[in-house]
Amino acid sequence: MMSDAPIYLDNNATTACDPAVVSAMLPFFTEQFGNPSSMHSFGNKVGFALKEARAKVQALLGAEHDSEIVFTSCGTESDSTAILSALKAQPERNQIITTAVEHPAILTLCEYLEKEGYAITRLGVDKRGRLDMDEYRAALGPRTAIVSAMWANNESGTIFPVEQMAELAHAAGAQFHTDAVQAVGKIAIDLKKTKIDMLSLSGHKLHAPKGVGVLYLRRGTRYRPLLRGGHQERGRRAGTENAASIVGLGVACEQAMQHMAYENTEVKRLRDRLEAGILAAVPRCFPTGDVTNRLPNTSNIAFEFIEGEAILLLLNKAGIAASSGSACTSGSLEPSHVMRAMGIPYTAAHGTTRFSLSRYNTEAEIDRVIAAVPPIIAQLRKLSPYWGEKGPAENPEADFAPAYA
Amino acid sequence: MWDYSEKVREHFFNPRNAGLLDGANGIGDVGSIKCGDALRLMLKVDPDSEKIVDASFQTFGCGSAIASSSALTEIIKGMTLDEALKVSNQDIADYLDGLPPEKMHCSVMGREALQAAVANYRGEVWKDDHEEGALICKCFAIDAVLIEEVVRANSLTTVEQVAHFTKAGGGCASCHEGIEEILAKVSKEACTAPTAATKPLPPATPAAAPKLTNFQRIRKIEETVEAIRPMLQRDHGDIEIVEIDGKNIYVNLKGACVGCMMEAATLNGIQTKLVEALGEFVRLLPAAMLGKAA
Repeated sequence: MMSDAPIYLDNNATTACDPAVVSAMLPFFTEQFGNPSSMHSFGNKVGFALKEARAKVQALLGAEHDSEIVFTSCGTESDSTAILSALKAQPERNQIITTAVEHPAILTLCEYLEKEGYAITRLGVDKRGRLDMDEYRAALGPRTAIVSAMWANNESGTIFPVEQMAELAHAAGAQFHTDAVQAVGKIAIDLKKTKIDMLSLSGHKLHAPKGVGVLYLRRGTRYRPLLRGGHQERGRRAGTENAASIVGLGVACEQAMQHMAYENTEVKRLRDRLEAGILAAVPRCFPTGDVTNRLPNTSNIAFEFIEGEAILLLLNKAGIAASSGSACTSGSLEPSHVMRAMGIPYTAAHGTTRFSLSRYNTEAEIDRVIAAVPPIIAQLRKLSPYWGEKGPAENPEADFAPAYA
Repeated sequence: MWDYSEKVREHFFNPRNAGLLDGANGIGDVGSIKCGDALRLMLKVDPDSEKIVDASFQTFGCGSAIASSSALTEIIKGMTLDEALKVSNQDIADYLDGLPPEKMHCSVMGREALQAAVANYRGEVWKDDHEEGALICKCFAIDAVLIEEVVRANSLTTVEQVAHFTKAGGGCASCHEGIEEILAKVSKEACTAPTAATKPLPPATPAAAPKLTNFQRIRKIEETVEAIRPMLQRDHGDIEIVEIDGKNIYVNLKGACVGCMMEAATLNGIQTKLVEALGEFVRLLPAAMLGKAA
């Protein structure tokens, strides 16, 4: 008999806390309440736990020194810290190079900095979401303070060549930062072998709790803190440590190391099964992004002529949690900037649906989703003015050309 | 997840009158380019009574767009065309027990489709005059285009005025930064007074110029300010010199310049002109500072 328990396929939005993470955290809400900065034994034990967590994050990132790990409150804080630091530390440089498909944590900050007078270069992507490295080389110059490019895209899962980009940035004397919030824990990372100066990660994307993040800061990188105050994090991020969450993040990193191979074989196999199953059963849909070079857990499918929020509402009714690049799910009135940057037409961009798996998903769940999706798509297409009795209108865009406001 | 009413959910999961309509004689196709939603409304109108005997829709859009379309067809069935044209987007939203502010445009699209379908039946061409901008105030669903129009039309200069005229910013206040940006943009366009570059840096050592007598210097200052006055007067403002004390020149800004968001920029701009004209560094200060500045 088929189970009807809810199926969670929105792990790029956030993940469930691993049970081992939760149990490691619990003592730090009760008997281990000390402040790690204190001299007495209450604080001392917490300080030791933080040291242990730092070493586990260091191991997952392949950082050379544990002091390169700076705990923060979230990915956004790490991103802001990195970019603002690079500008403060190098006042003679006023250009930021980033990409058109970054997370709002980077793009909104850059828009603000543009108003403040900084020069922002946003690299475009092709239909598959890939960067043009020649465009990047041409953009680098003596005024480039920092390059910030995401390791993997949250919507399509497409992976950027950040190691190579960091080499090029260094050759131009610029710092290199990567928002690796989606990549950490899903693909192998060995920072000591790269020229990456700064990296952001977020705990809740890898089965740790929300409200904790990390800024990796390569030793010797010129740096100016965002938060000044106490000596926490060697003065690089003042504020009493979120001890319980940091301990949880340490355990999550350890678990991610252990499951790295599983993620890249079994989770990948389930993702491929899901994608192939849907593509075979549903006409007029296609996967977005660089399907040959993407995260093992992510599949983003554009369903033509219907809208993503409507898909999500019906999926939710069927007990399936996914997300969409549609305008209407964000309240921004604009379809996903990632889909638009890839040149995906409006009629398909609005119907993009992201399925993001985790190591907790099962084959039975995936088969249930493969069965549930086709009738939902058919039901919505019946309502669509772009769709005829039996299939898409002969020439959908010409057949239905509404007066647009 | 949106906070949709039960009625919205119900109309989305079980839409009424969805699909093609046989014998439709009034069809309205409209869309919202910003949102990407689109709607085809089909009416079957009895030519004698002008009564809508049947209506159906096809919608490319989100849950509330589909629910709004469904509600619209239910509302107008049985109405005459003239009665139907009186249905407002608020009527559609009310029928659904309300829509989230971000989703009010779905009901606007429904009303536009209705106007377009009636025009189509009557052999007229319907033209859309409604432009939609980015949503600024989420409490009252007011977008940037509307705020900018009202600011321009009424020469508004403060967030409080914008709230009085449009309600935008009158709720939780978190959109005040966005409203200030619109005010600054409009004010900058409207103001013809000289404004300094974004970061005015007066020359540390002005180019050497022939030494002026006190009388020549005062006349030069007066001439420079006189040349600027017509620009301020065009914006219903003005300026007068109150006192000249060494390198400090005290002035009164008058009329529309008082309290204008660009006041500091205006003073900076005039100061730059004076520095250029005199070949020495001077400071332009409001008369209120008289006796206080070093």
